[in-house]
Amino acid sequence: MDLAPVLDGFAVVLEPTNLLYCLIGVVVGMLVGVLPGLGPAATIAILLPITIGIEPVTAIIMLAGIFYGAQYGGTITSVLLKLPGEASSVVTVFDGYAMARQGRAGTALGIAAIGSFAGGTISIVALSFLAPLVASFALDFGPPEYTALALLGILLVATVSSGSRLKAVVAACVGLLLATVGRDGFTATERFTFGNLNLADGLDFVPIAMGLFGLGEILYNLEQRHNATQAPTKVANVWPSRQDLRQSSGAIGRGSVIGFFLGILPGGGATLSSLAAYAVEKRRSKTPERFGKGAVEGVAGPETANNAAATSSFIPLLTLGIPANATMAVIFGALLVVGVTPGPQLVTEEPELFWGVVNSMYIGNILLLIMSIPLVGLFVKILRVRPAILAPITVLITLIGVYTVNNSVFDIVLVIVFGVLGYLMKKAGFDPGPLLLAFVLGALLEDGLRRSLLIFDGDATGFFTRPISGTLLVVFLVVAVYPFVASLRSRRRQEPAQDTSDPNTKELV
Amino acid sequence: MSSAHDGAHTPGSPGGRTAAGATPQGNVAPHPTDTAPATTDTPSTLHDLEDLTQEVEEEAEHRPPPAGPATNLVIAALVVALGAAAAVGALALGAGTARTPGPGIWPLILGVLLVVLGVGLAATARRTSDTEQFSRSSWLVLAGLATMLVFVALIGTIGFEIPAVLLAFVWLRFLGGESWRTSAIVSIAVVVAFYLVFVAALSVPVPHLF
Repeated sequence: MDLAPVLDGFAVVLEPTNLLYCLIGVVVGMLVGVLPGLGPAATIAILLPITIGIEPVTAIIMLAGIFYGAQYGGTITSVLLKLPGEASSVVTVFDGYAMARQGRAGTALGIAAIGSFAGGTISIVALSFLAPLVASFALDFGPPEYTALALLGILLVATVSSGSRLKAVVAACVGLLLATVGRDGFTATERFTFGNLNLADGLDFVPIAMGLFGLGEILYNLEQRHNATQAPTKVANVWPSRQDLRQSSGAIGRGSVIGFFLGILPGGGATLSSLAAYAVEKRRSKTPERFGKGAVEGVAGPETANNAAATSSFIPLLTLGIPANATMAVIFGALLVVGVTPGPQLVTEEPELFWGVVNSMYIGNILLLIMSIPLVGLFVKILRVRPAILAPITVLITLIGVYTVNNSVFDIVLVIVFGVLGYLMKKAGFDPGPLLLAFVLGALLEDGLRRSLLIFDGDATGFFTRPISGTLLVVFLVVAVYPFVASLRSRRRQEPAQDTSDPNTKELV
Repeated sequence: MSSAHDGAHTPGSPGGRTAAGATPQGNVAPHPTDTAPATTDTPSTLHDLEDLTQEVEEEAEHRPPPAGPATNLVIAALVVALGAAAAVGALALGAGTARTPGPGIWPLILGVLLVVLGVGLAATARRTSDTEQFSRSSWLVLAGLATMLVFVALIGTIGFEIPAVLLAFVWLRFLGGESWRTSAIVSIAVVVAFYLVFVAALSVPVPHLF
């Protein structure tokens, strides 16, 4: 492996301006991430406009900061308020909130920050070695391979998304359909624009992401009205004691490994890995009865694993151009907005950008560790501000922010439309994640499909005769058909029981 | 409102979490903060955790009761209608043939797929429990939406300041239930802060009055 571009990447990242932007990213990411109900995907979506108009590398570094900050923001609310920002920090609630009630909230947050740092760093080192290998393998991919890969990616995300699988696939199809709006790349025919000039270039990613995740979530919370949970007034002893560190060092090590490997899988890598890490810690523990009552390993393991997984899920994004989950889809869109197209050619053609992205994660991670511990007090204060006051501020940030991207009032209309769609989807049990992911991949998928048909001279069986695309499609079919077979089998077995499992039940794959 | 055999399940967990091929987990998962998750040395530990996870998420969100089969049928019908409209529009664009794919071929595939999926949703409408009822507080959402529409309608002509103060005030006073005084002070302070950041400091070209 050639180390020169890696070191050059570090030189870029360590420039004072870049460090400053990374710092701003981490702090702002955490600030928005602690708002109840806003997970990392929503946080990054709302903050997308602030990265626009900055140099690409600087913008990416800032995004890395926002990403890590947003992840940690969810942990803070899990521990202090029992309100997980996203699925992957739900298990943290079991022991984290228990620790907070014992007055050890500071220790829980401190160990979570240290674990996140360790997991993230180990994952980035592994990524630095693995990503160029995967990318060089993927360089030979043609349109059929990309078609198969995109199809499989969307299906896997739909499979492991929260809620009904059938609905997730519907959402994905709607996302693919939205991606067709605008001028067709092959024939320049205008599709589904209804004569509106604003739609001729297609729908923009930013208002869709901001609307579905940001505004949709705010509107939904408006109705639900979280019960006012009181955050502790003071969080002391953020530095974990030596005994806490000794107790959780094993958990952090195992969490890193579990997180890294599960995170590469498309879908709920971070969620699955945090569950797996918790289960492993509990199984290994000599005193499993402490778990759920404030065991420090129960915080360290999952928090390490979800951060390691969040980092390793960058591998499919950076090397194949396929985002593995909703948060990665937002990052993918953000990279496109700042002018970077993730894909196998990124490593070889634009090494300084690729290594800039990778190395910015180290910096984001280190700044997270440095900032989170002293700033915990500040976040506790923010949590004490009533949601009713925070909501209109977030709405205004969204509406004015989306305007600044293209200086277009039409984009504000779009963000409102998608905000309403996001709210209605949430009411109707549709996860907006697959929609956004499919929207991002839509152009790639259609392009690949039509090019492949041209290559194969109209013979669709050509997909199966090429080894890689054939294998991927067989996996696709297995993943698509298996749940129906399995649910039929289990329903037959459970006939007498009341607990009939629906064909569209989410399963742990 | 929910169909009988799904009544025990809460929205968001259609049909429970029993994974394919696993033994049914009849036991009720204990409360996370009171007792540790059931300790078993079988692979079902992950499923127990999933159940607990579900509980925490529900507790955090206070989701309203699920809507009935009628709502589910309406949703399915909407999906079918969307698919049909897409397919019709795609045919008008020209699907071409497999050898020379036209601009409509991909939307046509998607439209047909949506119709099929919509029929699937209709078929499972009675067993679906992850749809929520609209409650009285759903009106809050409509009111919030109205303030945003006013905002977007006015920003082009009179700038962002006055619509933003209005939006913030309505959200604080009527949607958030803050006092008149707090609402007035906070809404004006927020907009002043926005003005200082966006217009004075960053000179972002947001339409502004002053």
